[in-house]
Amino acid sequence: MSTGTRVSARGLRKSFGDFTAVDGIDFEVRAGEVFGFLGPNGAGKSSTMRMVGATSERTGGELSVLGLDPSHDGATIRSRLGVVPQEDNLDLELSVSDNLFVYGRYFGIPRRELRARIVDLLHFARLSERATEKVDNLSGGMKRRLTIARGLVNEPELILLDEPTTGLDPQARHLLWDRLYSLKQSGVTLVLTTHYMDEAEQLCDRLVVMDKGHIIAAGSPRELVDRYATKEVVELRFPAGEARRALEEVDGLARRVEALADRVFLYTDDGDETAEEVAHSGLRPTSTLVRRASLEDVFMTLTGRQLDD
Amino acid sequence: MQALPAPLRPLSYFWVSFRRTWMSTLSTTFLTPLLYLASLGAGLGALVGHGQRLASLGGQDYVSFVAPALLAATAMQVAIAQATYDVWGACNPWSGAYRSMQASPISVGQIMTGHMTWIAARALLACTLFLVVSAAFGTVHSPEALAGLAVGPLTALTFAAPLAAYSVRARHDQPFTVVFRLFMLPLFLFSGTFFPVSQLPVGLRYVAYALPLWHSVELSRSLYAGKFGLLAGLGHLAYLAGVAGIGLVLARRSYRVRLSR
Repeated sequence: MSTGTRVSARGLRKSFGDFTAVDGIDFEVRAGEVFGFLGPNGAGKSSTMRMVGATSERTGGELSVLGLDPSHDGATIRSRLGVVPQEDNLDLELSVSDNLFVYGRYFGIPRRELRARIVDLLHFARLSERATEKVDNLSGGMKRRLTIARGLVNEPELILLDEPTTGLDPQARHLLWDRLYSLKQSGVTLVLTTHYMDEAEQLCDRLVVMDKGHIIAAGSPRELVDRYATKEVVELRFPAGEARRALEEVDGLARRVEALADRVFLYTDDGDETAEEVAHSGLRPTSTLVRRASLEDVFMTLTGRQLDD
Repeated sequence: MQALPAPLRPLSYFWVSFRRTWMSTLSTTFLTPLLYLASLGAGLGALVGHGQRLASLGGQDYVSFVAPALLAATAMQVAIAQATYDVWGACNPWSGAYRSMQASPISVGQIMTGHMTWIAARALLACTLFLVVSAAFGTVHSPEALAGLAVGPLTALTFAAPLAAYSVRARHDQPFTVVFRLFMLPLFLFSGTFFPVSQLPVGLRYVAYALPLWHSVELSRSLYAGKFGLLAGLGHLAYLAGVAGIGLVLARRSYRVRLSR
């Protein structure tokens, strides 16, 4: 099963009482790709992941995971999935290898087979030297790598990663990205959520942008930037509270302008030229930055807010 | 080694954890009842009827009267400790035990039955140790006492299942101290454990009959003495099994509510 669709959702919904976390979304994850859900906290990403992971019952719509319906074949689906939750739910009191062992036993993997896999997984996670150490003593990055290794214990066809690098320092993130990239190379399908646009850009072949339970855009990172943002962005920084006033002054200098409390964004095809025009207009920002447009700008364009608000 | 069947898979977690912590559990599951046996049974027992058999105690000496009750109480204590703090902890983010089981093919119902099985096994272990020690005190008068070991797991489920139904949905762990002080302690003292319930005023006597621990104590006592009466025995069994059964139904529902979000 190297081609085809791994996950497909149509009109997928999840409510908790009066609150609707996921409000009728459509998406499709293809075999072998890295598919991302990008959006701020509370957008409905984690709820979606739990429904795909067959641990949370959907409220409405259609959902197929590995060709099966999570409502009826939850256990079968879970036996073929690798799940890396947002919180490392490792047992801090147990050793690194005991965590892998116990988890492997949940999948009914025979002891001997499991011992062999643990050696490989520790190697993959760069934790071979820490095998007998208590998990409590590991750094955040190590714990996350262990959680990922644990998710691989059943040799899954599809891996779900919820906010895989949240809370990690830059070095730990890059090591983790490297590990995820090597997984992708091995042909596994990855689905991840993130509120970091650089993570989405680095890892995802295709992604959907979520906000308030809805999908507001879909495509590859490049496509999204091309469609919803301009080539370049001029970012003007002001003392807090003054940016909105400056907005009127720069209106007309760019294809589109947006303002936060302390910054104004000018969307333009030629950043240097626009920056020069700003300088001539007499406006005095505390700093001026010309950069390429990113997914952050896509989100900004679509919602008027920043991703990690 | 064959793959474990799914309903037993949660046990691997409890077993691996227990291998690390069994030393520290010895005091509650083994040492405490042993101390009770030594002080109340042998110590107080020397005063009560001067260690002689008493008609008011069903024709046995005091230590023989207390020992089987302590076996039942041990099972209760093991169960209550596990079904409160351990169940509550297992479904909280910082433990993650239940959450990680959920990501595997293990179902929510199997998580519940797995934990209850583990609690029953722990009670069985504690009761086995206790039986050996109480035999050394000369309190075992019949091979039927071996069947008394089954009282342990059954008693454990009677208490663990309904409590787990509560604990799995509890937001905080403070109420558990109330469970221990206002529920477990009176039960421990007034279920015919240290004196026959016939000593109680009539009204309270009927209250004692309604207490699950009283049924466990009576069952255990009849087996230690080799005086298992079929009708009374089945009655006690039915009562305990009934409470355990209702508890399991409630627990299944609670686990689903808490974990299937």
